[in-house]
Amino acid sequence: MSTEEIAVKEVPKSERERGKSGEASGRIRFRRWKNRLAHGVFLMATLVGVVVLALLLADIIRKGWSWIDADFFNRFASRIPERAGIKAALWGSLWLISITAPLTFLFGVATAIYLEEYAQKGRLSRFIQLNISNLAGVPSIVYGILGLTLFVRWLAFGQSVLAGALTLTLLVLPIVIVAAQEAIAAVPQSLRQASYAMGATRWQTIQKVVLPYAFPGILTGTILALSRAIGETAPLIMVGAVTFIAFTPGSAFDGFTALPIQIWNWTSQPKAEFHELAAAAIIVLLAVLLSMNALAIYLRNKFQRKV
Amino acid sequence: MSQVANKGLSASGGRFRRPRTWRNAVESVIPRILLICAFLSVITTFAILLTLLFETASFFEEVSIIEFVTGTEWTALFSGDQQKFGVLPLVAGTLLVTAGAAIVAMPIGLASAIYLSEYAPDRVRRVLKPVLEVLAGIPTIVYGFFALTFVTPLLKKWIPNLDTFNALSASIVVGIMIIPLIASLSEDAMMAVPRSIRHAAYALGATKLEVALRVVVPAALSGIVSSFVLALSRAIGETMIVTIAAGSTPVLTFNMLESIQTMTAYMVQAATGDIAYGSIQYKSLYAVGMTLFLFTLAMNLLAQYIARSFKEDY
Repeated sequence: MSTEEIAVKEVPKSERERGKSGEASGRIRFRRWKNRLAHGVFLMATLVGVVVLALLLADIIRKGWSWIDADFFNRFASRIPERAGIKAALWGSLWLISITAPLTFLFGVATAIYLEEYAQKGRLSRFIQLNISNLAGVPSIVYGILGLTLFVRWLAFGQSVLAGALTLTLLVLPIVIVAAQEAIAAVPQSLRQASYAMGATRWQTIQKVVLPYAFPGILTGTILALSRAIGETAPLIMVGAVTFIAFTPGSAFDGFTALPIQIWNWTSQPKAEFHELAAAAIIVLLAVLLSMNALAIYLRNKFQRKV
Repeated sequence: MSQVANKGLSASGGRFRRPRTWRNAVESVIPRILLICAFLSVITTFAILLTLLFETASFFEEVSIIEFVTGTEWTALFSGDQQKFGVLPLVAGTLLVTAGAAIVAMPIGLASAIYLSEYAPDRVRRVLKPVLEVLAGIPTIVYGFFALTFVTPLLKKWIPNLDTFNALSASIVVGIMIIPLIASLSEDAMMAVPRSIRHAAYALGATKLEVALRVVVPAALSGIVSSFVLALSRAIGETMIVTIAAGSTPVLTFNMLESIQTMTAYMVQAATGDIAYGSIQYKSLYAVGMTLFLFTLAMNLLAQYIARSFKEDY
């Protein structure tokens, strides 16, 4: 090694000294430059989601917008695109939700209350908790198989609204339970203690103090879970939602179709007009879902209380 | 209310005993009713297992389990002698789409999480997070439509020999679908890393990038990895995108440009065709469903295990 090379190696030391005096050295400049580059890359990655969402919405509105008019909501499915509408699908989805909503709310909140307020932190509650988190990860099509076997065959509900709604109930129940649990756990302990100090019993405390306080959170979670249920397709295909249907369900035991099923049916047709119809139905579906999300956010903000 | 409390007190001579009132009856009955409701989730799990096991068992009375697990041809919907029940093509199709989705979603999802938790100013995050939430709330049928009518035609401009139904566009769109899941779970994990550790690194002169990659990501690694595993499990179970965009050709291939079939897509195809109740095709639906269930269950348990056992305690 020559003395020259040693001299070169000593340069960083003097650079460090220069850095101290306020001037950034080459190495520090490089690290800062890397940081700025990474900042840009990470921002771009995050924007991928925004761009895709914009593309998706623009594409669907461009394809489907011209098909949406009053008649579109008032016509049944048809082989002729110009005569096709979503009346049966819309009513089917309404039926499904009006059965699913009260059931998920009731069972979801009951389970959450039990786990948060009554259960001893023992094996039983851990077991139930583990079950719930695993159920949340079961693919929706497997729920469809369960619905087909349990509700359509064994309980002989047939391919009815009821079978579909019960399947959806089981599917979104874990979401409601977890949301309700979070809402209940967020109720400050001091409120409960104040209630007990007034001589209230446990159930009175839950009923009059905990639930009212947790209600906005529970409601938000339930609405989000229901918006998931409205968009589900696979489990309904499994329980046999019929596609070409020219009536609205008159009772819970009637056959039905639903918006996502109608969209799927039109998407799998080769003709371009049917794709445009599918896009139009998607606009309706997304409008429903986005307004439900907006409602959930509005409720959360309105009722958010500070203690 | 105070009256009852008084009564309760006066009845307790030495030891506290609850008097038999309507209110106390309610107090003891309600937890039991709630417990029964809580058991619904346990019952659901067992119902899923039992229904799958029951029909799968009777499927394996007719088809050997070895043929099912090792066979490389799946022609379940053919008639008579031509039926072959080797599940590998369906599994390969599923894994192909999942791998493609992972390549799309893992880097983008992790980068988004790093941006949101380390770089984004509050104002920007308040805009971007709801957008990701909306993206997560879009039904998969809509993604499927998008894959078939937008992504595939777009890809065809660059790759002329792409099939109309192909694994590539399905993978890309499934990947996009799971980005919000990875981003939000990883962000949660990174947000849980205490500020003091970051400040310590800054005090040593680290840049934001160095803090993110050498301090925050390693500290949150268990949460990040478990978000990856969960997202992959979601991709395996995803149904409508692959049914619409990936096709219905059960072949054992690693070619992304071809039409394939996943386990879920087969289940949809079988459920919508007119197969007779109790027939071998009907039972094959359950055998495939069982396979799918086992895959996703294993991954969900793995995700929980990773999140729990490698969690750093601060």
